[in-house]
Amino acid sequence: MAEVTLVVDGTTVTVPDGSTILDACRALDNDQPTLCYLDNLTPVNVCRVCVVEVEGNRTLVPSCSRPVEEGMEVDTDSDRVRHSRKMVYEFLASSVDMGLVDDDTVAWMDRYGCDPDRYGPPADPADDRDLRKAGHHRIGPGTAAETVQQPVKVDNELYVRDYSRCILCYKCVEACGEDAQNTFAIAVAGRGFDARISTEFDTGLTDSACVFCGNCIGVCPTGALMFRSEYELRLAGMWEEDGQTVTRTICSYCGVGCNLDLHVQDNRIVKVTSPMDHSVTSGHLCIKGRFGYEYVQELGDLAVTPIDDILRRARIDNRGRRRRPGPRG
Amino acid sequence: MSAEPTAAERLAVDALLGPPSPSEEGAPSQPDDRRVAFGGYRRSVESRHLLLPALHAVNDTVGWVSAGALNYICERLLVPPAEAYGVAGFYALLSLEERPARVAHVCDDVACRTAGGAGILAALEGRPDVHPSPCLGQCDQAPAVFFQLAGEDDAVLVGATSDRVAEVLAGGSLRDVPPVVPQVGDPSLRLLKRIGAVDPTSLEAYRGAGGYQALARTVELGPDRVIAEIKASGLRGRGGAAFPMGIKWEAVARSSAAPRYLICNADESEPGTFKDRVIMEGDPFAVIESMTIAGLAAGAERGYLYIRAEYPLARALLQNAIDRARAEGLLGEDVAGSGRPFEIEIRRGGGAYICGEETALMNSIEGKRGEPRNKPPFPTQVGLFGRPTVINNVETLINVLDIVLEGGAAFAEIGTGESTGPKLFCLAGAVARPGVYEVEFGRTLGDLIDLAGGLTGSGRLGAVMLGGAAGLFVGDDHLDMPLTFEGARARNATLGSGVVLVFDDRTDFPDIGTRIARFFRDESCGQCVPCRVGTVRQEELLARHQGGEPLDEELFEDVARVMMDASICGLGHTASTAIRSIIDLGLLERSRG
Repeated sequence: MAEVTLVVDGTTVTVPDGSTILDACRALDNDQPTLCYLDNLTPVNVCRVCVVEVEGNRTLVPSCSRPVEEGMEVDTDSDRVRHSRKMVYEFLASSVDMGLVDDDTVAWMDRYGCDPDRYGPPADPADDRDLRKAGHHRIGPGTAAETVQQPVKVDNELYVRDYSRCILCYKCVEACGEDAQNTFAIAVAGRGFDARISTEFDTGLTDSACVFCGNCIGVCPTGALMFRSEYELRLAGMWEEDGQTVTRTICSYCGVGCNLDLHVQDNRIVKVTSPMDHSVTSGHLCIKGRFGYEYVQELGDLAVTPIDDILRRARIDNRGRRRRPGPRG
Repeated sequence: MSAEPTAAERLAVDALLGPPSPSEEGAPSQPDDRRVAFGGYRRSVESRHLLLPALHAVNDTVGWVSAGALNYICERLLVPPAEAYGVAGFYALLSLEERPARVAHVCDDVACRTAGGAGILAALEGRPDVHPSPCLGQCDQAPAVFFQLAGEDDAVLVGATSDRVAEVLAGGSLRDVPPVVPQVGDPSLRLLKRIGAVDPTSLEAYRGAGGYQALARTVELGPDRVIAEIKASGLRGRGGAAFPMGIKWEAVARSSAAPRYLICNADESEPGTFKDRVIMEGDPFAVIESMTIAGLAAGAERGYLYIRAEYPLARALLQNAIDRARAEGLLGEDVAGSGRPFEIEIRRGGGAYICGEETALMNSIEGKRGEPRNKPPFPTQVGLFGRPTVINNVETLINVLDIVLEGGAAFAEIGTGESTGPKLFCLAGAVARPGVYEVEFGRTLGDLIDLAGGLTGSGRLGAVMLGGAAGLFVGDDHLDMPLTFEGARARNATLGSGVVLVFDDRTDFPDIGTRIARFFRDESCGQCVPCRVGTVRQEELLARHQGGEPLDEELFEDVARVMMDASICGLGHTASTAIRSIIDLGLLERSRG
């Protein structure tokens, strides 16, 4: 394969043709922040937190999707880069609940010196975000910083959508669509600051095309999409990530061989994920692998654990319909 | 979600797409349905571009798009309902909830608001059928109102009053107003020579006034020589970016990919701009002929003319021109005896400034949300439907007629070294004779204002908005600036889309700045963080200032800088330039009222 040589932060690196600037940075162990980028999804380059300065370019360029060119000179830590990254994080943190982002993101925000409070106190939550029309926003006095705070959507037993935490990275839309599930139950609706992830006419997930594969949860970087079990436990103040174990196993429903990571707290499965680097799943699962673990634990059947009461809220009660839910796919 | 279309909604969609074939979803069920395979990925991909036209069809006929109508469109086109909902909600003129059959969009943008637009809105406040609108491209006849009339053609009212708006909403009718150019009859005109002088509906009249000679010459010369002439002419794009046109054409002509496309960008939405509307309304055949020449030269088989929805008269006249040209063999399988095919199709926007950005426009034609794409790749490599595409705006294209007829070298003699040819400027605001003016490149800003009859209002200049809301404001120290690409660059200004919007010194500039901030927030597509949140923070900063606080200039500068550096497209890059210029001129701190 043809190769391309470029300079990143003064260091020369040679990568295969077709690589992105981010690939080149990684080849140098030169860590770059990302939010909307994920190895198993097509880059949409919308968050702009990975922007870098490329000599000869008038504006900064997204490293996650810009292909390398021979002789390119890249600066990932110029004044312009640092300013833009800081501002992107600040814009997000001043408008979105970033309380559940990963440690890396928190570290990057610290490094760039984010101060989201300087835009003023946050505006009151809105209950009309799903009704807002393109081109017509309400004009306020500017004394409070607008946010996306809104009521959480809890319309089924498997997962919740807390769009107060949504940074609009498009990952869930991609995972629901062509990058994984090909279900297209959700898309970006509205425009501008009122853009949002939505089903058609904001209908509940159970009335939508959603097949409850949960792949959107798997890619969400901010906890906006969350297992109902995790959501309920957090609400009750009983979510203890540090005390959880993660056990890798293989899904027993069919012969594909998807790897599952069972997240267990108090001897109860509270969430199921799949490793992003697994050759079969690339992190994606189906409804059975992700949510169909009820048959291995009869809540309240063993010595009563304090979380069982909570977990019952996140369980489809199918006793009336099927006496013995079997493990078949 | 489940919802059924009404008979009227079904009819509106079928009128566009034809009745469903028996094997298609949405068709009345047949006893043997289960044995017929229908649809498939390929048909879904191939029919997606009909989504916006189908949404328009329902919105036009019924006045809004219900869940049942959306479902029916989705069944017919195999589009997921969530995506169709996301597309429909992207456009300000498509309604996803029931609304009155007649709706008025009253312009309160930079030119109209002080000319009565804001007053009309105040007088009709609270009516569910009256909405504020961004610039409608009628700045020379302000204030303007755009009406959506369910079941009838959309219409525009210029020189509007609140009484007249109420009358139309109550069922009153409207008459089309033909475009007027102040210089009509001036023998030196090139681009405007037929406007107001030649019947825009008649192909014979167009031919009688020199029309279609350039196409004949194009067929004689062949694509290579036409491109050589364009390159020799030095013609640069008039849409704002000033990119050399010949280079675009050549790149697409040299590509071996097929099919290739030509797009005429007629989504003129930059506040203060109305020149393309005047051309399309006054000389529609010239636009069609120019597109045909561009198509033949670049090797494109198909051209799309993407026009903003707010220009119903221009759209009707262009459709007429296309139909007449096709009937005469000037479009179709064998264009003017060249042996080459070329077709033109009109596509209508839906009320979205961002769709004037070339890649957003392409996504819009493709039936997607009008979100700009990351560049590179550029449209000449990966454009409409992923194919090499030439995209030029209306004014740029019609220059081709003279270049082909007179030669590129002769054209390059007009104007200045870097800025060749004639140029149109949109004069409006506090001038005696507002309108589109044609001059050779090289005239100064002061010359232009004099040409338009000089200042009105207080008679003292406050500032001039140059190049639109994405441009900037300049003061009287710029009156001697030559309006050329190089002249503007030397003074850190821009010609943008040719806007020269004049404000006198009694203007409430803080209000104008706040309106511009509102405009960019409304029109940001929302895709990238710098622009989505930055336009909100910018508006909040100005709103606080309007409320009496001093402007936090450091924060403004931080916001402006990230939008300029890190946004995906030109909207974010320029969303602060005009406001910053108002600040720099000290106009934000001047008397408020």
